[in-house]
Amino acid sequence: MNTATSYDKQIIENDDPMENPDFKTVGTTTVSDPAMTCRGVNVFYADKQAIFDVSIDVGKNEVLSMIGPSGCGKSTLLRCLNRMNDTIDICKVEGEIKLEGENIYEQNLDVVLLRARVGMVFQKPNPFPKSVYDNVAYGVNLHGLATDKAHLDELVEKSLTNAGLWNEVKDRLHQPGTGLSGGQQQRLCIARAIAISPEIILMDEPCSALDPIATAKIEELIDELSKQYSICIVTHSMQQAARVSQRTAYFHLGKLIEVGPTDDIFTNPVHKLTEGYITGRFG
Amino acid sequence: MNTLETINAGIEKRYKREKRFRLYGQISIATGILFLFFLLGTTVLNGISAFQQTYIALEIVLDTDQFDTDEDGDIRPESLATANYNGIIRESLKARFPDVKKRKDKKALYSILSSGAVYDFRDTVVKNPQMIGTTQTIWLLADDEVDMYVKGKISADIPEKNRRIKDNTIAWVEQLRADKDVEKRFNSIFFSAGDSREPEQSGIRGAIMGSFYTIVVAMLLSFPIGVAAAIYLEEFAPRNRLTGLIEVNINNLAAVPSIIFGLLGLAIFINYFGLPRSIPLVGGMVLALMTLPTIIISSRAALAAVPPSIREAALGVGASQIQTVLHHTMPLALPGMLTGTIIGLARALGETAPLLVIGMVAFIVDIPGSPLEPSTALPVQVYLWADSPERAFVERTSAAIMVLLMFLVAINGLIVILRNKLERRW
Ligand SMILES: Nc1ncnc2c1ncn2[C@@H]1O[C@H](COP(=O)(O)OP(=O)(O)OP(=O)(O)O)[C@@H](O)[C@H]1O
Ligand SMILES: [Mg+2]
Repeated sequence: MNTATSYDKQIIENDDPMENPDFKTVGTTTVSDPAMTCRGVNVFYADKQAIFDVSIDVGKNEVLSMIGPSGCGKSTLLRCLNRMNDTIDICKVEGEIKLEGENIYEQNLDVVLLRARVGMVFQKPNPFPKSVYDNVAYGVNLHGLATDKAHLDELVEKSLTNAGLWNEVKDRLHQPGTGLSGGQQQRLCIARAIAISPEIILMDEPCSALDPIATAKIEELIDELSKQYSICIVTHSMQQAARVSQRTAYFHLGKLIEVGPTDDIFTNPVHKLTEGYITGRFG
Repeated sequence: MNTLETINAGIEKRYKREKRFRLYGQISIATGILFLFFLLGTTVLNGISAFQQTYIALEIVLDTDQFDTDEDGDIRPESLATANYNGIIRESLKARFPDVKKRKDKKALYSILSSGAVYDFRDTVVKNPQMIGTTQTIWLLADDEVDMYVKGKISADIPEKNRRIKDNTIAWVEQLRADKDVEKRFNSIFFSAGDSREPEQSGIRGAIMGSFYTIVVAMLLSFPIGVAAAIYLEEFAPRNRLTGLIEVNINNLAAVPSIIFGLLGLAIFINYFGLPRSIPLVGGMVLALMTLPTIIISSRAALAAVPPSIREAALGVGASQIQTVLHHTMPLALPGMLTGTIIGLARALGETAPLLVIGMVAFIVDIPGSPLEPSTALPVQVYLWADSPERAFVERTSAAIMVLLMFLVAINGLIVILRNKLERRW
């Protein structure tokens, strides 16, 4: 055992998850009040396994951040949570993912409904090539959530306000959403996601295409949104994970190495790989 | 030698090579333009005269004796149509050229006018019965050989035995000309008549309508089928060996010579399903088959060019797959799809071989009123006229080519406008 650590917990040194078939995730993967639960999830792209036996809960009204080196399967796991991976023919998901106790990979589950309940914000802002208004209204109309035009207007305004964009776009609601700045576009995408009142919002590196000021705005927004929604965010910025999330999960080569309260992970990582990553030794 | 010197040594060579390449490019473009101008130039030079037609003025005495009258001396309406107009015209020609005495010469004199002139004359009289009993100056359609001579396409210097218009006819025409009784007028017949054995009475209306019906049928069939196939293959079909095979086959079909499609149409639509020959419906179906691969390929390319992030965005807010396609992917791909369709249909409009095979090459005088009536098509008409021995069909061939090109340019222009409109939305 290494003694050169200043942390009060012992660093797990020799448990290489790639060598050890019985590797167990360090830390508590469950929460008392989960919105979503994953148990023993394996994901394959054709013959290549991308996720190995991952179990983790997403707590209600909490921000869970997923970190790890590039290619470790963060996006893959995130996209399993609202079955976006269905669009990839070769992708196969095993194990159990439950939303409010319901297995989302069940045969007769309605994917449309699932995606309405589990919204998603992508790495690159991807507004529709339609007006700002139509971008937000699209999902609302799709699911018939607005009773009339006035109600729709109200929902659009509320979503844009909650996404912190209303003041910037209220005069240009009917101009193309693609004409906004990158940060504004990403907030528009967030507005689009929250307009249909999902229970969970998945965010895949939502700030990676943005400058620090826009990033700060989105982070603020995530903080605000977590009062209402459960959020699962993938990020490459450890500062961001530390700033916005309550729990952090560290992935390595498709395995979930360590989960815990964000403060613990960043101050007292238990596994050697986690420690190496957050101290910047690799990744 | 240091690095900079090495680079400097080579740089002149690089610039020279660049210049040379640019020159090659310019030369090839110039050659292309030259050929294009040559082609268009000869077509226009040959064809422009077809838009005019020679008419001859005759003093015609419309004697009441020529018509049946009833007890009161009024002309019976039915005799208006049956009177001997031929005789009336001949009399007037004889009066105009009293020196012509020999039977053979008289016959030559009569053929100075088109065989259709008498019908035009009859129609004029039927429409204006008050002319009867008076003497009228009437402009009548000249024979095609006279027309060619007046237009300067046949020279009087050629030995008489080498031209169809004989010396005496030329003398008469010159005499008429001196009296200002020969005139070139706008050739409305060319745009209002169907095909004819007589060049001066032939027009492209029938061919235009035939082409129109054919292309409409082809478009109505190939666009929806092609787009639906493209959407299915691109957005829904699993990627497996079967779809791979289908894809390869579609690509191969695009390269199949068009006459094969004609033979296919002949075997299936005409021989098996028993549809009539020579009709635009069958022509359209054959051209639709021919155009389908082009439309499918370009539509798929247009769909594939839509960024996947748009699809993810739509799926992410809970749109079903078909909603994603209909609301987002297809509208974005539509300009590309339309371009492919138009390229395919423009090619179909100029297509001759498959139409020959299914019999749209018959000599058809009537103008088709529906896709179920026999007709030819513009390129086939060009082919038919190009094959005719009469000198006057040469200019008509070029004129028909000009009309065909005009349609192609118009269609392409339409598509550019349409595409810009669709694209300008965002
Ligand atoms: N569509 C796909 N087809 C095949 N393999 C894929 C596909 N998408 C991802 N993979 C593989 O799955 C593994 C995990 O990829 P994933 O995108 O989840 O990584 P990530 O952690 O999100 O990386 P990054 O931080 O770079 O976004 C990688 O090895 C990747 O090559
Ligand atoms: Mg990723």
